This record gives sequence, C-alpha cells and structure tokens, in this order.
Amino acid sequence: MPALPVRFPSFPAIGAPRVVAALAIGATLLLGGARPAAAQERPSGVSLTLEYQPGRRVAIMVLPIRGAAGDSIKTILERDLDFSDRFQHVPAITAPPFGQPLNYALVARAGAAGVVQAELLQSGWLRVLLHDVAGKKVLQQSDFPLPTAVNTDGWRLGVHAIADQLEEWVTGQKGIAATRIAFVRDGRVWVVDSDGANARAVTPRGMSPSWHPSGRYLVYHVLEDDRHRLAVTDLVTGSQRSLTNQGGSLDNSPAISPDGRSVVFSRSVEATAGQTDLFVMPFQGGATTRISVARGSINTAPSWSPDGRRITFSSDRSGRNEIYISDADGTNVSLLTADAFGERNLRADPSWSPDGRLVAYSSEVGGRRQILTINLRDRSVSQVTSDGRNDTPAWAPDGRHLVFTSTRGGTEQLWVADTETGRTRQLTRGAGARLAEWSPRLSVTP
Amino acid sequence: MPRLSRVAVLLLAVPLALGACKKKPVAVEPEPQLPAQPVTPPQQPVDDEAARRAEEERMRRAIEMARSALLQVIYYDYDSDELRSDARATLDDKLRVLNANPSLRIRIEGHCDERGTDQYNLALGRRRADQAKRYLTDRGIDASRIETTSFGRERPAVTGSNEEAWAQNRRGEFQIVAGGTELRAP
Repeated sequence: MPALPVRFPSFPAIGAPRVVAALAIGATLLLGGARPAAAQERPSGVSLTLEYQPGRRVAIMVLPIRGAAGDSIKTILERDLDFSDRFQHVPAITAPPFGQPLNYALVARAGAAGVVQAELLQSGWLRVLLHDVAGKKVLQQSDFPLPTAVNTDGWRLGVHAIADQLEEWVTGQKGIAATRIAFVRDGRVWVVDSDGANARAVTPRGMSPSWHPSGRYLVYHVLEDDRHRLAVTDLVTGSQRSLTNQGGSLDNSPAISPDGRSVVFSRSVEATAGQTDLFVMPFQGGATTRISVARGSINTAPSWSPDGRRITFSSDRSGRNEIYISDADGTNVSLLTADAFGERNLRADPSWSPDGRLVAYSSEVGGRRQILTINLRDRSVSQVTSDGRNDTPAWAPDGRHLVFTSTRGGTEQLWVADTETGRTRQLTRGAGARLAEWSPRLSVTP
Repeated sequence: MPRLSRVAVLLLAVPLALGACKKKPVAVEPEPQLPAQPVTPPQQPVDDEAARRAEEERMRRAIEMARSALLQVIYYDYDSDELRSDARATLDDKLRVLNANPSLRIRIEGHCDERGTDQYNLALGRRRADQAKRYLTDRGIDASRIETTSFGRERPAVTGSNEEAWAQNRRGEFQIVAGGTELRAP
C-alpha cells in the first residue's frame, strides 16, 4: 500500500523526514504540558497524529451520540474503524453539548489524535465532525443521509458509509465498511455485511457467487442432477434468471468482469471427457466462447485483472495444479506460480487484487491448505494464514483485506485477514460458510 | 423417478459405506446359477399357487441383485480418477446388467473428499465419472446410455475430516435414468 499523503492543514505537505519528526514531536508536544500518563501505555504502532502512516493506527475517539439510535451508530462506527485496521479505538470521555467547543486538552490526555463528534439532525441526517486534536480544530465536517428506519439493511449501510468517509478524511483512502460479502451456506448463496451483521440467504440454492460491479447482481452456480448451470440474482427485486442451461454441461466458477459486461466461467461437457475449459459470455446472456485450449486438463477458478484485460486461473495442464495468467481472450498464457516447493501443492483459487499488484491463492503448505499472495512484479510469495485449513481467498476493494474460508475455529467459517498487519477476525458464525466473494463499495440509497 | 432412485442410492450407500470401514467393499456377484436351474424342485403334490409365488420371489430377488449391482458405489484414491481393481470388478457387474437390459440408461456421479478446492473438485469429480463411463463404453455399452456429472465435494456420503471419511467420499455413484422399472436379471 503506497503512503498516502493526508490533507492535513496544520502540517503542510512536507518530505518524509519531516513527517517522522512530526510524529516524534506529536508524542510530546501535542498532549500539552501535562505529563501524559496514558500515552506511555499505548501499544507501539499507534499514531498520535492524524497524519496516517502505513503500519500505524491512528488513535481515534468516537464521542457519545445523543438520540435513540445514537448508541447503535457509535458502536457501528467504532467497530468499522477498528476493522479497517487503520485506527486504534480510544474509549470516549463524556461528550460536551454539540456545538460547544471540545476540550482538546482533555481528549489529548485520553490519548486521542482524532475525535469523531456526531449529532442526529431533525431531518434524520447525521452531522459528523472530525476534530484534529493536535490542531485543536475541526478538520472536516459533513452531513450524511440516513434512512429513517433504524437498523434496517439500508440504515446500517448508511452508517458504514460514514465510517468509510471518516477513514478517507484521515488516511486519504475510503474504507470498506459499506461493503458486503457473498458466500455459500447450506447450498444457498448468502450475503453478510462487512462487520458480520445481517447474514441472510439471497438465492433458493446455489454456490460460487460473483458480484456485479454495480453491487446489485450476483452470478452464481446451480447444481442440478444432470447439469450445472449459471444463474443471476437481482438483489433489489430478488428475482433469478438463468444465464446458462445446457444438459450434460457442468458450468461453474463464474466471475463477472470489472466492467460488468462479461462472465468468465469453467465448463466441462460430455464430448470432451475429463476436460474443463474456460468460457466467456455476455452478462446479459448470449453466445459462449471457449478461451482455454488445454487438451484434457482442468482449467477453472478464473479471476479478472482489475483492468479487465487479463485473467488468472488454475490449471493442471502441467500435471500439477498451478496458477496461470492469460489475456482475457485466452491467449498469452504464462505460469505464475513456479513449482518451487517440490511437492504436490495443488495451488488453486486465484484472486487478483484490486490494485493489480498481487494474486492471492491457496496452496498446500506442509500438508495443509493455506492462503498465500504472490507479487506479480517480483514473484515474491507471502503466506497469510497458518492456522487450520484455509482456502478460496477473495480481496476486499481496498486491496488490503482478504476474506477466506478457514477451519481454525472447528467448522468452516469465513475469516478476514489484514495482509499488512496479519490481524484476523472471524466474519461468520453458525452453520458452515465458504466460497466468499467481497462486493465492490456499495452506494447508499436513503 | 429420479427422486426415488436417489433415495435408493442413499439407502444402499449407507450399509456399503459401513462395510468399507472394515475392509474394501466386496463386489456383489449376481448369483450366477440363478437362470440355469430352479431353486427348489417342486414337491410331489404341488400347489400351483405356491410354485408361482416361489418363482415370483426368485425373480424378484434376482432383479434386486441386478439393481444393487447397478447402484453399487465405486471408490477412488486421493486426487485420482484412476479405476482401482475393486472399482473395475464392480463395474464388471454393472456391465452384465447393462448388457441384459438394452433400454437401461444410467448416470454416473463423481464425488470428492473435502480436501482440494471446491472448483477443482467439481472438475475432478467429472473426470472420475468419465473414467467409469469409458470403462463401460470400451466394453461395448453405447455412450448414449451413460450420462456423467459431478458434485465435487458438495454431497459427501459421510461427514468427518479423517482418512476414513475421505475414502468413503471419493466415489462414483450410479443412478438409473431410464429403463429401471422393467429390469431383467443378467
């Protein structure tokens, strides 16, 4: 993740050494003359200035919010900021009446570099202020629409969007709270909010969901007795339509292109026994085109590059399952994962990161399936998981977090890992969950 | 009809699977002498009705044997679609039933254990089913009589994350698609 300059008025754009200096000064000066006892207990890696640094977490406080829904909003915002892995939550002090000056010295002593202050307006909108504690002023302010019906899906999404805006104000990059994760449970496609709330089934049956870039549709795979077909669900109307439906054809593992126009998927037909090929077809339906040409091999699990010009997929054409990259029309195939570990690794499940830099995948490591990432520039490999059996990674839109299936808790559940810090959290609970795909950032409809 | 045969497959799969715990599943031989000689030579003062019933019972059993041979599950090794010798013996039994019933059509479903990955397992299951199909078509069964499909790891026979469970889940199941009602014993 590149360092993101922050629009921070009290520190004009300066070179890196100055930023470090600012941090050092921050630890002593920002907290005023009083000896900051709390500051010494703070874990390392927590930034005391609002200047965001990769690898550091900005200490932030969300003040209590008046009104019936205030507690819920505060709780959701705090959790979202925590899950972003870019903020360190600081317990709130008693809030001053909205509109009255904040006691910056007091919140500084509590260890906060930033303070979020919010008030529910008569209109139902939420007015949000972000205080820069060191600068002793309001850094940003905005009013956000919220649906009137509290705790509905749309209302929660609205609160998540506020957390994402706060994150952008501080780090320069929008958060991923206002997103959802589609997954498979009990033979149906489900959707859950990014914070683990609101898990619900969205199709009568099916698996392997893939998000449309609009966030409105999912393409998924339906197992019938004599065929597997692809279908589309409209999350707004709840309707389902068939995309492919051909007797004897096993169509699965769909992935919608970043422009939303095409679907790449894997298909095996009886005429070419033992072979599974990649096909492309329009999202609106129509003719299918075969794009992989490896005789007798299995080619599956395709994932698009963010520019939609290439795909990564798994293939056993060499005799072992490895990850390959090709152009979107199937030409220019190259092996991505070199066979370096000397055993039957069965590398699979590639997922291309939204910033285009990495491909996440799963591989046997010492007899157990784990999540790894490979850097496309230098082919360097990093291992993301080591606990339990882990597979089918999928990137969040921030290109930093991964959702995947893990057995570390005893049953198959979805977990989220921050690839920068290694911090991990459990996303789903209850009946087994797998085959997750992260949605794009979702727009709020008040 | 497909529903019914699915239930039949499951009912059959359970005792077979349990048998597999002890040792490899033993191929069920359809009683070879059945068509050759009557089971019980009729006693002196024969009750026609009793004889007819005995004959019916004998036929019924022969057909049940044929059906169970047809539905018997075959098993595979890890990450392999090769037919083991026990699977070949089981397929030979099916071959006899298929030859005796030209209108019979079946579907072979490939299944995998939970290891490997979901997408790969779907493709591997198809390969397993295709291998079994090829074994039968190489021995004279018309390809149009056999469909293949795969359920990957989606429909395990038994639950569990150990070698015993995995071994029972790496399998080919057989369903009767058509011609199952007037089955003839080989």
